[in-house]
Amino acid sequence: MYGLGVLKGMWVTLVHFVQTFVDDIKWAGKRYYTPEGIAHRSSKDTKGIFTVQYPEEKLPMPEEFRFIPFLLQDEDERGNLHDRCTSCGICAKVCPPQCIWIVRTEDPVTKRPVPEPVEFFIDVDICMNCGYCAEYCPFDAIKMDHDYELATFDRHVENIYNKAKLSKPVSYYASIRPTNYAREEAVRAAEAAKKAEAAAARAAPAAPAQ
Amino acid sequence: MTEQAPVAPAPAAEPTELEKRFPGAVKRDTRPGYEGHIVEAGKLREVATAIRDEMGYDYLSSLTAVDYFSDAPNANNFLEVAYHLFKSTGGGSLVYKVQVPRDKAVVPSLIDIYPGADFQEREAWDLYGVNFEGHPDLRRILMWEGFSGHPMRKDWKEPYYEEELKPFKNRWPEGQVYRIEDHNPFGKNVKYPAGFDPEGFKESADPALYESLERAARQYSEDIDTEQVVVNLGPQHPSTHGVFRMAVRLDGETIVALKPVMGYLHRNHEQIGERNTWIMNMPFTDRLDYLSSMSNNFGYALAVEKLMGEKAAPPERAQYIRVIMAELTRISNHLWAIGFLLNDLGAFFTPALYAITERELILDIFEATTGSRMMCNYFRFGGVARDFPAGILGKIKGLVSERLPRKIDELDLYLTQNELVRSRGEGVGVVTPEEAIAYSTAGPVLRASGVPYDIRRADPYSIYDRFDFDVAVRYHGDVYDRYMIRLDEMRQSLRILEQAVKQIPDGEIMTGKNPYQVRVPAGESYGRVEGPKGELGYYIVSTGKANPYRYHVRAPSFINLTILEKMCVGSKVADAVVNLGSIDIVLGEVDR
Repeated sequence: MYGLGVLKGMWVTLVHFVQTFVDDIKWAGKRYYTPEGIAHRSSKDTKGIFTVQYPEEKLPMPEEFRFIPFLLQDEDERGNLHDRCTSCGICAKVCPPQCIWIVRTEDPVTKRPVPEPVEFFIDVDICMNCGYCAEYCPFDAIKMDHDYELATFDRHVENIYNKAKLSKPVSYYASIRPTNYAREEAVRAAEAAKKAEAAAARAAPAAPAQ
Repeated sequence: MTEQAPVAPAPAAEPTELEKRFPGAVKRDTRPGYEGHIVEAGKLREVATAIRDEMGYDYLSSLTAVDYFSDAPNANNFLEVAYHLFKSTGGGSLVYKVQVPRDKAVVPSLIDIYPGADFQEREAWDLYGVNFEGHPDLRRILMWEGFSGHPMRKDWKEPYYEEELKPFKNRWPEGQVYRIEDHNPFGKNVKYPAGFDPEGFKESADPALYESLERAARQYSEDIDTEQVVVNLGPQHPSTHGVFRMAVRLDGETIVALKPVMGYLHRNHEQIGERNTWIMNMPFTDRLDYLSSMSNNFGYALAVEKLMGEKAAPPERAQYIRVIMAELTRISNHLWAIGFLLNDLGAFFTPALYAITERELILDIFEATTGSRMMCNYFRFGGVARDFPAGILGKIKGLVSERLPRKIDELDLYLTQNELVRSRGEGVGVVTPEEAIAYSTAGPVLRASGVPYDIRRADPYSIYDRFDFDVAVRYHGDVYDRYMIRLDEMRQSLRILEQAVKQIPDGEIMTGKNPYQVRVPAGESYGRVEGPKGELGYYIVSTGKANPYRYHVRAPSFINLTILEKMCVGSKVADAVVNLGSIDIVLGEVDR
């Protein structure tokens, strides 16, 4: 019968149309603006309205989500913040669009490079969010952020982030990426223990000689 | 790597079949790491004809140029044109090259032997200045008419040129930030060609394009003398899927000639790639066909791993992850393609949105695994960047075994028997199998014309030889079959996925340490994958340094457009839009 194909297609749209109401009624008002509702709508069982009403509702970000790098700062016992960054420059060398600038200094007395960078710039206009800096940093000092709402009215100066703007405490990192944080901390702790052991081993035979 | 270099280097004394056939004109390419033969420019057409007709290499996959250039005195500078050919029945490649001097780069055109050489020769002319003698329409293709110079040549510098190679030296350790625009304002470093007066410059309205259009229209004859009109579809037109333009000459509503115009999104991707280090190119490949970044990563990783050899062979688990990601990408791409083909047919957005819903669920998986929905940057040389996070494999299983089959069936019920889709699609834009092969079309366009050529079967890479699936093929070669083939392919991808998620082993996801600078031995390689849009190939040349010497992308969307004019001539103007939609192009890849 000519037109049967069109009718079948219209049946599909009708089913979709009815499902929106059925699903809304089934969830009795909990389908929107609630975390369970949003999770349901992006699951494999979703039916009916699929759209998320941004900005009133926001999709939860998966842990791996990456957007613009930031620098990690450790806090010591007295509450002072120290950069984890050692200005080794690997991030600047691996950055595909070359948007990282690092200023390293020397100690005026010993003439050896000071680990913590004097300045650290990222031109976020150029950054392509590839995540290489975070992936290849050997000190877990630079990580990708979750904050994606970065619109500004300025396109010249404000979007070059300096060290002050890039630095965030480690606790923030632990809050956005708990699994990665736990894994990396375990590795760091194991390495520190190994180092301490090696130092102790070196110190022990040396002690009788003194 | 399951794939070996197809042409094994024969013992030096033994001349190859080609050398015996053409003594003197064909020499083996003996440079270390290189394969194939070097053909005399004067004999090229004869050799190419013999290779096609006697040896059966009927499919010209890639044609590109390489600029071997050094500004050292007495350097041996030349341009090389590299041809990669395959048999449409499957198997490995046959490579030959032609070397010509840079200042007198004349190579005979192969357009009448392989019509698919058309756009690729124009590209090599545009970017490298290789003059293909006998090409009937050798115009610029990616750069605009009136552009001076050939931007892929090694001695060409772009505006805002900083340094020859990355990483740039001023980023560290004295990285005082500046914006490149402030440092090197546009205008200060612009070179004008001799005799050019910027004050008296008048914009020309693409005279060569319209002349070519008129030339093509002259072949068309009508009994009644009618007036033909030229219509430009695009570059700003919702049916062109981006900034793409079709200059069409119409007789009434019938298309007499059609010339695609592209390059509006051209950013000299290949030149950027040659400034980058090897690993830096990975996120740039995401931005080629931005709907299927995983496949782009895959092709590039394969090409580089081929050169790196055994030490970069990915472990089992990584191979499975790669296949899962590539097949999910294929499904998401085909959903998008079908949705937007229906848009082009006039079904305003309802089918597209139904399809995009499913695509979004796939992108959720990509986001959770790689960190980004579209710019995944996930593959590394010798593995993948990170393992699936907890729970993701279960999510993939749920989608693959429950939701997607049901939804693809629903799409099938929704559209396939629809009388409007059928009357707009059946018999429109027919491509015969012979034409499809000759014009180097790839992917769904080729297979919808009855050529069962799928690289996953014809020249298997990664672990595709382990899976049980059929090569989808349809026989009418029209728009409707190009729609149907995408449904078929999605179902085949689901079959592969079901096997892959069941078989995936535990273990490492990376061979070696994932260093930030990889060592790639000198040589050339051509890595290709069956991308969602067709054969995606990467031709790379390494000199053993930190940056690729040559990085060429064989973009399926770009080469599939070669046949667009053939598809459209003689049909109505409304069908041009549908034909374009059925090829499924992405301008990021066409223009590169």
